[in-house]
Amino acid sequence: MTVINEVNSNEPLLEVRDLAISFTTSTGEVQAVKDAHLTVMPGETVAIVGESGSGKSTTALAAIGLLPGNGRVSGGRITFAGEDLTGASSKRIVELRGSSIGMVPQDPMSNLNPVWKIGFQVRETLKANGLPAGPSDVAKVLAEAGLPDAERRARQFPHEFSGGMRQRALIAIGLSCRPRLLIADEPTSALDVTVQRQILDHLETMTAELGTAVLLITHDLGLAAERARKVVVMYKGRVVESGPAHAILTNPRHPYTKRLVEAAPSLASRRIQSAKAAGIETGELLAPAEASAETADNVIEVSNLTKVFKLRGGFGKTTNFKAVDDVSFAIKRGTTTAVVGESGSGKSTVARMVLNLEDPTSGKIRFDGVDMGSLKGKELLAFRRRVQPIFQDPYGSLDPMYNIFRTIEEPLRVHNIGDKKSREAKVRRLLDQVALPASVMRRFPNELSGGQRQRIAIARALALDPEVVICDEAVSALDVLVQDQILNLLADLQHELGLSYLFITHDLAVVRQIADHVCVMEKGRVVEAGTTDAVFDEPGQEYTRALLAAIPGSSLELPPEVA
Amino acid sequence: MPEKRTEKIEHYVAPLDETPLHATDNVAEDVQPLSLWAEAWRNLRKQPLFIISTILIVLIVFVALFPGVFTQTPPNQNCLLANSDGDPVPGHPMGFTLQGCDVFSRIIYGTQASLTVGIFATLGALIIGGTLGAIAGFYGGWLDSVIARLGDVFFALPLILGAIIIMQLPFFRENRNVWTVVITLTVFGWPQIARITRGAVLSVRNADFVTAARSLGVSRPAALVRHVIPNSLAPVIVVATVNLGIFIVAEATLSFLGIGLPPDVMSWGNDISSAQVSLRSNPSTLLWPAAALSVTVLSFIMLGDALRDALDPKARKR
Repeated sequence: MTVINEVNSNEPLLEVRDLAISFTTSTGEVQAVKDAHLTVMPGETVAIVGESGSGKSTTALAAIGLLPGNGRVSGGRITFAGEDLTGASSKRIVELRGSSIGMVPQDPMSNLNPVWKIGFQVRETLKANGLPAGPSDVAKVLAEAGLPDAERRARQFPHEFSGGMRQRALIAIGLSCRPRLLIADEPTSALDVTVQRQILDHLETMTAELGTAVLLITHDLGLAAERARKVVVMYKGRVVESGPAHAILTNPRHPYTKRLVEAAPSLASRRIQSAKAAGIETGELLAPAEASAETADNVIEVSNLTKVFKLRGGFGKTTNFKAVDDVSFAIKRGTTTAVVGESGSGKSTVARMVLNLEDPTSGKIRFDGVDMGSLKGKELLAFRRRVQPIFQDPYGSLDPMYNIFRTIEEPLRVHNIGDKKSREAKVRRLLDQVALPASVMRRFPNELSGGQRQRIAIARALALDPEVVICDEAVSALDVLVQDQILNLLADLQHELGLSYLFITHDLAVVRQIADHVCVMEKGRVVEAGTTDAVFDEPGQEYTRALLAAIPGSSLELPPEVA
Repeated sequence: MPEKRTEKIEHYVAPLDETPLHATDNVAEDVQPLSLWAEAWRNLRKQPLFIISTILIVLIVFVALFPGVFTQTPPNQNCLLANSDGDPVPGHPMGFTLQGCDVFSRIIYGTQASLTVGIFATLGALIIGGTLGAIAGFYGGWLDSVIARLGDVFFALPLILGAIIIMQLPFFRENRNVWTVVITLTVFGWPQIARITRGAVLSVRNADFVTAARSLGVSRPAALVRHVIPNSLAPVIVVATVNLGIFIVAEATLSFLGIGLPPDVMSWGNDISSAQVSLRSNPSTLLWPAAALSVTVLSFIMLGDALRDALDPKARKR
């Protein structure tokens, strides 16, 4: 955003040309990056955008010689301030690291050494680069990164820091030696949106003051466009498009970028309509869900739900922790209600209680007018058929020992539905519903991608013809395009089968796309509830406004056809 | 190559024919399905460690089942004192023991006892330790504490000391045979299997697929048997394979100390023990059974190592 015009500002700071990187694996040589090229001018912020496996991190890691052991630069050139890095000795690259090129890694939870104090870890960096490393220098560096009370904080251990504070400490370490280029690899993807915004704002002002160029790696096109002047889009190891951020957003030219811009949830502002519904009922302006909402009954009613966890204190004492505090909401049949909140807001606990996996401390959950607390044995089993979950982690929610057929068939077998033949027919039909070929039936989960596994999880959830599906962060772990695909699939299924969804998510952008009603949770309480349009257009609470403002890309002014 | 050294940022678009767009998240339809075990087998059959150890184990099992194929000489009869500590002669390739018995024949017949003890002690430890460990890990709470403390008690007792005491009990002293040794080794072997199983079950029991199964209506015990245990098996199998070798050594140790198998049962441990007296005059009577013992134990430990590499979940492609 800010460009410091130095004397040599016409000389690129980092230039990558025709870069090719390959990895040696057990199955042979794999080309991870091909013909990549990008240029970072001094003081400029450049973002690399791409889905997982697109080679964006690999490209950046190659610039500081941190490729994993089986990877190597097999072609092209990386030039830093006129110096060729591909041919440089490892000694020279070690010299450049820290002092000339800094790095902020992705996961603040695992990138600080838990056995050393924060101050020690900062001092280590300063020392390694031959800078004064007294306690006051360490405190200064930490204070610059926005850590209050830095001197005391420097004496604390990483586990005493929150995620956002750790990321600040990592930024402090990355910038401590005043590098000319900072590589930030998904620096905020593990953090809540409001924290993400604070961190990125701070990073921006700091690098602007120091005149540091930033190479920002992200999967979020909205975030890239908001933070960088120049955006490089990577796809399957190649740069497919690069140029000014605004031009790429408003006028994407490569089909992949077009697809990405269309799918980016942070840029959308409309509920996804079922493609089929939209096709048939073109004249009808109201969404089918909304139309029926007036008359529909509530399939789930949650009233005054409270959950208290007992935390173990010292000397056998326990302290009470209210994870969920007096929460009430209702899900109308055939609609989607989203519960949105940051980590620790109690939203997942609500989902677990509605699924009857956790008993509420007080309050009632009514399903179709029946109090769930009174259900036992057979009735409980019947309830389980009608409410089904979809979980966040597509890698964890399928049993790796079961093939796809057995996975989807299991609920049918447990509830003794049909015989072998009719079950197989049902599995085929379900796979067809989630747009997967029947040939995946004999495969195992590890052979499928994250999005495909999530489809399998949806098929399994639908096997018992449930009325309510509870999606606990069901799309959070997926790449943008796949996420868009799954959200569309869910909308289609809702239209076809009249499903009701309870959508638990931290991502307001996704809420906008899928939900009819939304409850905003903060620290166990519902702070705001209403229709999605009302909450998004006229948020009544400060907290909701802060959440909305923190959606990356929300500040971008885009022509209506894109937004 | 676009020229970007100007202030104005070039808008570059890759040529389309070089960067074809694929359908989002398409399924490769021509791939062979592979289960965990099928994949492990694929890795294993290329590993020299696995091939060598399997060949050896197959050979040892064959020897144990059909000792008559390998030697015509009965191990305990026809022992002529005239042959005492005799050197190898045609038909008796490893010489004779102090009592004048054929060493080769005794080793061949001794395989059976060693292998029986190893296999059955491992099975016993697997059944008891596996069950208790799985229950402790899955249900947790007081059950876990009780089982864990019980296991610690047996864990704390040194195997040999414990075995000496058990084998001295009247019942065991009077009925010394292969099965009493199996029972003794099982009693002291199960806690290790229980610990490994408990750890493996703990790491699986909170997996999303278990929660998913539960919310589909699968009961807790069924979830344990159908989902948790199959996913916890790999580390248990690895440890059990290595343990099989260790149990064989333990049997030999007990027999060496005179509290294992009775002297009339052919066993490597007994032979090593009785060869002590002629160590200086005829070391080969000690070396041959010791070599047989080492090769057997080594092959099981090598197999365990190979299995560990093949079943490592981190090595699996996702």
